[in-house]
Formats: sequence, structure tokens, C-alpha cells
Amino acid sequence: MSLTAAFFAIIRRDLILALRRRSEIANPLFFFVLVITLFPLGVGAKPHLLQTIAPGIIWVSALLAAMLSLDSLFRSDFDDGSLEQLLLSPHPVSVLILGKVFAHWLVTGLPLLLVAPLLAVFLGMPAGSLGILLLTLLLGTPVLSLIGAIGVALTVGLRRGGMILSLLVLPLYVPVLIFASNAVAMAASGLPVGPQLNILIAILLMALTLAPWPTAAALKMSVS
Amino acid sequence: MSMARPLVLEGHALSCIRDDRVLFRELAFQVKNRQVLLLEGRNGSGKTSLLRILCGFREPDAGEVRWCGEPITDVQYRMDMAYIGHLEGIKKELTVLENLKVALALAQAGTCNIQEALARVQLAGFDDVPAQALSAGQKRRLSLARLLMTHNALWILDEPFTALDKQGIALIEQLMMEHCDQGGMIVLTSHHELNLPTVDVQRIRLS
Repeated sequence: MSLTAAFFAIIRRDLILALRRRSEIANPLFFFVLVITLFPLGVGAKPHLLQTIAPGIIWVSALLAAMLSLDSLFRSDFDDGSLEQLLLSPHPVSVLILGKVFAHWLVTGLPLLLVAPLLAVFLGMPAGSLGILLLTLLLGTPVLSLIGAIGVALTVGLRRGGMILSLLVLPLYVPVLIFASNAVAMAASGLPVGPQLNILIAILLMALTLAPWPTAAALKMSVS
Repeated sequence: MSMARPLVLEGHALSCIRDDRVLFRELAFQVKNRQVLLLEGRNGSGKTSLLRILCGFREPDAGEVRWCGEPITDVQYRMDMAYIGHLEGIKKELTVLENLKVALALAQAGTCNIQEALARVQLAGFDDVPAQALSAGQKRRLSLARLLMTHNALWILDEPFTALDKQGIALIEQLMMEHCDQGGMIVLTSHHELNLPTVDVQRIRLS
């Protein structure tokens, strides 16, 4: 009975589950691609305008895609009692939850990173800012999953928690949105982005160390 | 095996109030090794609430539960107990074997391995069957297999006999008696008349 084994068993289980319910991976990704492809149609043939707002479009879409995927994080575990068993495990619940969030990010966050270069080209972003876009997504999307986990843990026991979830979580997403899209915009104009990236790293580290505890506490409340 | 060490689950002056209705008040009990505590009562009389208090999911409105003198928030308690509720904690997309492997990773391994546990609940050969293809009774037995392969002295079971046929019930009663013979203890709710001739069964009637 080792904690590492339990941590990886949870990740493995959630990845197998995601593979068997493929729509869970496909939905947020599909949403992300769809929203971004609709923008040029709405804005019209104005390449300069698109180029300017591209970082914002990509990041807002990533944020909404992450929101959309959040409910699947604990829903099925809550419905079939797996969550109760998880909470009864002698292992620290926060570590097991970190495993769940990591698996969730692999399934819903990482695919955004993989299609982002294509969409950036599509919006006419300069090649120089592509690396920074990917870096901000790499640093930012795990934060979305970690912070989102607190919100879902609080609302998973409610019948219609969707609205409350977005009210709870979106304000907490704002710093990530501001610093990440700003970094990409600066990089596009050839300016240094060190401070923004440092802040994103700080936010990620903070979420990584602090978010699992309130999530665990909220889950305990939700099953009671 | 540490199951043989003296263990005691005590409830002290437990009260539970739900929606301004007192389900029970000043409830006290003590369960020791080789004993079974059966909670009886009509639907809504607070049996499940009491079990959830014993699991630590819910705080009692008054009183406290102690495991070997320690509060049940202690890690030792979670190492020693296993709970099976209405929700069985089985992932329907996973196979029988995958389900049990996850359960094993989350708990302490017991004396029985996965194959032996499956054989004992008469699910041998079902390893690669997705849990959603199992019948309700087979699912129940799968969740009980979890009890056998993990190490735990205290079983907390909420209506373990639902969905089981006569043979299934006899099988579970047999496993419960073996568990008690090895020094374990069980707290359960059941509408079914328990047939455990070799075990000391205490009853609490909630009304």
C-alpha cells in the first residue's frame, strides 16, 4: 500500500475511463476549435484586427473549454460511489485528488496545446509568438483544472450546480487570462515577456500546492 | 494478523437530527471483535444516516464515535474499516479486474489476492468482463470481493443483501461468519433476517 502506487493507479484509471468515454476528450477540444474558427467569420476579412485579438480569442476559448470540461472531473465518481471509496482510503485525499486533476488535465488541457499552433496560424499570429502561446497554455491550463476542481468539488452535490460553478470559478480564472494573453500579445510585438511568465509560474505553483486541500475538504462536504 | 488484536467501535450518546426531525438521540453501543451489530428499523428511521456517521461522512449532531478509544478521524480507522453503501463504487466502464486493482491500490492488501477474492464471491473467470455487463447481484458480489482482498477488521455494510438471490445471500452470510471467526466485526443494516448461527449479533432498533 504505497501512496505513489495509489496516485498512479488513480491516474491510470481515469485515463482508461477517458479512453472508453471518448466524447469527454472530444467535447472541450471540439468546442475550442469551433469557437476559434467562428471568429474570423464574425470579424470579417480584417487580418490585422484578427492578429491583434488572436491571443485573447485563443485564451478565452481555452478558458471556456476548460469550464465546459470541469463537470466530468468528479461527476461520475460522485454518482457511482467511487468518490466515497476515495475519501475512505487511508491515503491523503489531497494527493489522490491531485492525481485525478492531473489525469483530467492530460485529457482536456493537453489536447488544447496540441491544436493551438494550428489555430494560431489560422488567426495569422506571427510565428515568433507561437512558442510563448504554447508556454502560456502549458503553464495556464493546469491552473484552470486545479482551480476548477475546487469549484466542482463544492457543486458536485447540487442538482443544478452549473451556474454557480461558473460564478465561483470564472473570477478566479481572470488572473491567468490577463497574464497569459498579455504575454502572448507582447511576444507578438517582439517585447520581453519574462515578468508575465514568472507570474504564471508562480500562480501554477501556488495552485498546485494549495488547491488540493480545499478540493478535498469540499468533496467531504459534498458527500455528507 | 493484526485482525486478532482487540478492537472496539463505540458510539457515545449519538444524536442525529435531519430537517428538524430527531432520527435518534442518546444512542450508545459497543461492538468488539467477533461481533455483529445489526441496525433495524423502517425506511427513513436513520439507519443509513447512522452508518454514514460511522464512516465519518457525516458529523453526529451530538456525541461521538470512537475506534479503540481514538476519534474516527484518525488514519488508523480508515486503515481498519471498509464501507459498502447503496452506491457500490464500481466503475461500469472498467472491467472486473480493473475495478479491483484500483480498489487494492487505494487500500491495504489483505490475505486474499484478487483471484482468490473473485473465486470466493463466485465471479472467477469474470476478470475481463466490463462491470456494466454484470447483473445487479453480480455487481453486489463484486463490491463484496473488495472487502475480501483488502485488509480491514471492520465492515460497514448498508443493505448488503439487496439484489442477491438465495445462494448469494447464503454466500455473503458465510463470508460474514468467516470474517467474524477471524476476529473481524461487522456493522450492517438489513431488512433480510440474518442467519449467522456462530456469531454474537447485537441489534439496535431505530424508530
